[in-house]
Amino acid sequence: MSDLEQFRRETRAWLETNCPQSQREPVVEFEDRCWGGTKWKFTSDDQKRWLEVMAARGWTAPDWPAEYGGGGLNKEETKILREEMQRIGARVPLFSMGLSMIGPALLKYGSEALKRQHIPNIVKGKIWWCQGYSEPNYGSDLAGLQTRAEDRGDHFLVNGQKVWTSYADRADWMFCLVRTDPAAPKHAGISLVLFDMNTPGVTVKPIRLISGKSPFCETFLDNVRVEKDQLVGELNRGWELATYLLTHEREMIGSIGQSNVDARLYPAAIAELGLVHGQLADSALRTDIARWEMDHRAFELTAERITDEATAGHGVGAASSMLKYAGTEINKRRHELLVAIQGQRGLVWEGDAYDHGITATQWLRTKGNSIEGGTSEIQLNIIAKRILGLGRE
Amino acid sequence: MALVLDEEQRMLKDAAREFLTANAPVAQLRALRDERDPLGYRPETWRAMVELGWSGVLVPEAQGGLDFGHVGMGQISEEAGRTLTASPLFATAVLGVSALVLAGTGAQRAALLPAIVAGELTLALAFDEGPRHDPNVVATRLRKSGSGWVLDGAKAFVPDGHSADCLLVSARIADSAQLALVLVERAAPGVTVERVVMADQRNSANVRFAGVAVASDAVLGGGEDAGAALSRLADIGNAHLAAELLGLAQEVFQRTVDYLNTRKQFGVLIGSYQGLQHRAAHLYSEIELLKSLVLKTLQALDAGSDEVPVLASLAKAKAGEVATLATNEAVQMHGGVGMTDELDIGFFMKRARVAEQLYGDHRYHLQRYASLCGY
Ligand SMILES: Cc1cc2nc3c(=O)[nH]c(=O)nc-3n(C[C@H](O)[C@H](O)[C@H](O)COP(=O)(O)OP(=O)(O)OC[C@H]3O[C@@H](n4cnc5c(N)ncnc54)[C@H](O)[C@@H]3O)c2cc1C
Repeated sequence: MSDLEQFRRETRAWLETNCPQSQREPVVEFEDRCWGGTKWKFTSDDQKRWLEVMAARGWTAPDWPAEYGGGGLNKEETKILREEMQRIGARVPLFSMGLSMIGPALLKYGSEALKRQHIPNIVKGKIWWCQGYSEPNYGSDLAGLQTRAEDRGDHFLVNGQKVWTSYADRADWMFCLVRTDPAAPKHAGISLVLFDMNTPGVTVKPIRLISGKSPFCETFLDNVRVEKDQLVGELNRGWELATYLLTHEREMIGSIGQSNVDARLYPAAIAELGLVHGQLADSALRTDIARWEMDHRAFELTAERITDEATAGHGVGAASSMLKYAGTEINKRRHELLVAIQGQRGLVWEGDAYDHGITATQWLRTKGNSIEGGTSEIQLNIIAKRILGLGRE
Repeated sequence: MALVLDEEQRMLKDAAREFLTANAPVAQLRALRDERDPLGYRPETWRAMVELGWSGVLVPEAQGGLDFGHVGMGQISEEAGRTLTASPLFATAVLGVSALVLAGTGAQRAALLPAIVAGELTLALAFDEGPRHDPNVVATRLRKSGSGWVLDGAKAFVPDGHSADCLLVSARIADSAQLALVLVERAAPGVTVERVVMADQRNSANVRFAGVAVASDAVLGGGEDAGAALSRLADIGNAHLAAELLGLAQEVFQRTVDYLNTRKQFGVLIGSYQGLQHRAAHLYSEIELLKSLVLKTLQALDAGSDEVPVLASLAKAKAGEVATLATNEAVQMHGGVGMTDELDIGFFMKRARVAEQLYGDHRYHLQRYASLCGY
């Protein structure tokens, strides 16, 4: 038996023993997904145990180096672990911007001290990280950001405002883009710094969304002291890190349509509408669902193919923009169809009898998928310029 | 299985691209059309393909083939889609060979496959009976007569129907629900072939059978029900048509992007206009999605997976949609010149539509997919 087969067998057995049954149920509510951090309230002992056993093996971050607490798995093993988790419908034990964004950036650009300070806590889900990128006047044009970090010898003094900061009210730390050289061209004067959200001068104000929830905030930074050793990478080279990190963010958002459950829509449609002569009664909806399932399958296979191509050493750069664009647009269509399948019921807002409007709130939340992490239009710009080479004189 | 080509498949793909662009580019199809060539393809091109072993890519080694599988053959189908090459590749080397492998007896395979590999025999699958693909309609009848059989009926839009040496005809066995697949010489008494010139200028024909005598050893599989084999044949055909359409879409898209990067209006490259950039970028991601479905389908065929029917329908549906979009956008983004016969773009559009209609367009396949899933 090859090492990989051996690994698969052991992994399967280990997951079978260690993954609690409740953690194999589909993710429905936001809290079903564990985000970790000091303010996290576990929904059950199972959720806590599942995080702990996985983190102990470093399997919350399977392909990160073991010396910082990661799983130390190679690409093939990582893929096997993912497949085996999917096989039993295991939930991802930890979902965080630490894992998907700042962690990879620290591993690539961070000092040894920063890695030792932050990576193990990310793996264990001890700290909830938030992302301080967007500002009121600088969204798509992120590189124009104006939040200032002044050099005060042993520390930076940060002043400015961030907006749309997801979960700033629950987060422990922020990774934040700041302007450290106002005289330099806009891309060349930016740095990436880290600070504790409890630092004096940090104020957060939740913003209510169309979904009725308040998952993001305005974040005001007023004379916030940031220690110099919390600068990631080189001073004024933050744009490179910012885009590296955005690549990871896009992959994560793009993969949002992939979950631990069968995402296909037709079982719900059959349950809701019934069959007439073996077919859904609404033939237009039938076609819409089939076309969605075609695109969804194609998307999942594409994510897999691109991973496989990278493993084999011939990938395309900027693939993350294509995956982000396609994945989020497909996910938006999925939720439009989920509402359509349920008719009026899909639009109920309140009430025990109607799942408290989960269908409607989720549908509305997905509208943000093609905005957050760079809008669909920005992804199309990137594909056009970087992959297709359009518009270069 | 990883969704990437292995080393040998990659080499075959590169070799195919090199051969086809050098020896059978779109200009060849244009010349065949302009000359109103009666055969519809260049025999010397086919001969060279045979020498490269392409007639035997799907043939088992025991019958002298390369046994290289559908992923391998699919790379050739894709590359031939880029160059719009007309040849017996699809009708003979994909469908003809697959029919014999799926439904032929040992003796039939031994007799016919080596001849195909050697380029001495071309075949055409006579399957549909109307202008839209419908595998349930088989009015062509095969009835017992003495020690053999007699065939009556008509087939429509048979690829290579007027040029192939022999036709593989699907028929219902009289007074039963059973289907059969029989081998009939094109020149046999009672067979009437009428070539149909299609928009894409590729070979197609309507064929009638009036009291055609069929020897018992010309019935594939010796008369066992061929229903399952026919359905698998359609899946195989659709997988390779999807691969061809993938190649076609990529090529016409590349030509469009090149044009966006050369043509100027208002003093700037038209590719600098976001109205065009976004449509091009959208098309790019659609083609990426299609690539994955095509490869997965070809791999499923080689693995004999249960998912073949579902995947073949998804791949063909997506291929039809993407190739339609790619060719429509190509004409539009080329402006007036895109409408001219002088530019090749129109050839891509015409082939895209014919290939989509063959064995079911995206509407058909979305419906079939839904039925296969049980809704
Ligand atoms: C749910 C959600 C969560 C978020 N979480 C975070 C977070 O945690 N941290 C954070 O920093 N930010 C976060 N954001 C902010 C997000 O990154 C920005 O909203 C996004 O980058 C767009 O910026 P904007 O809102 O200023 O829109 P604008 O940039 O003003 O865009 C408005 C419209 O103009 C279009 N547009 C802009 N420029 C171009 C162009 N060059 N070409 C074509 N079209 C263009 C856009 O596509 C869009 O349609 C989040 C956003 C959402 C919706």
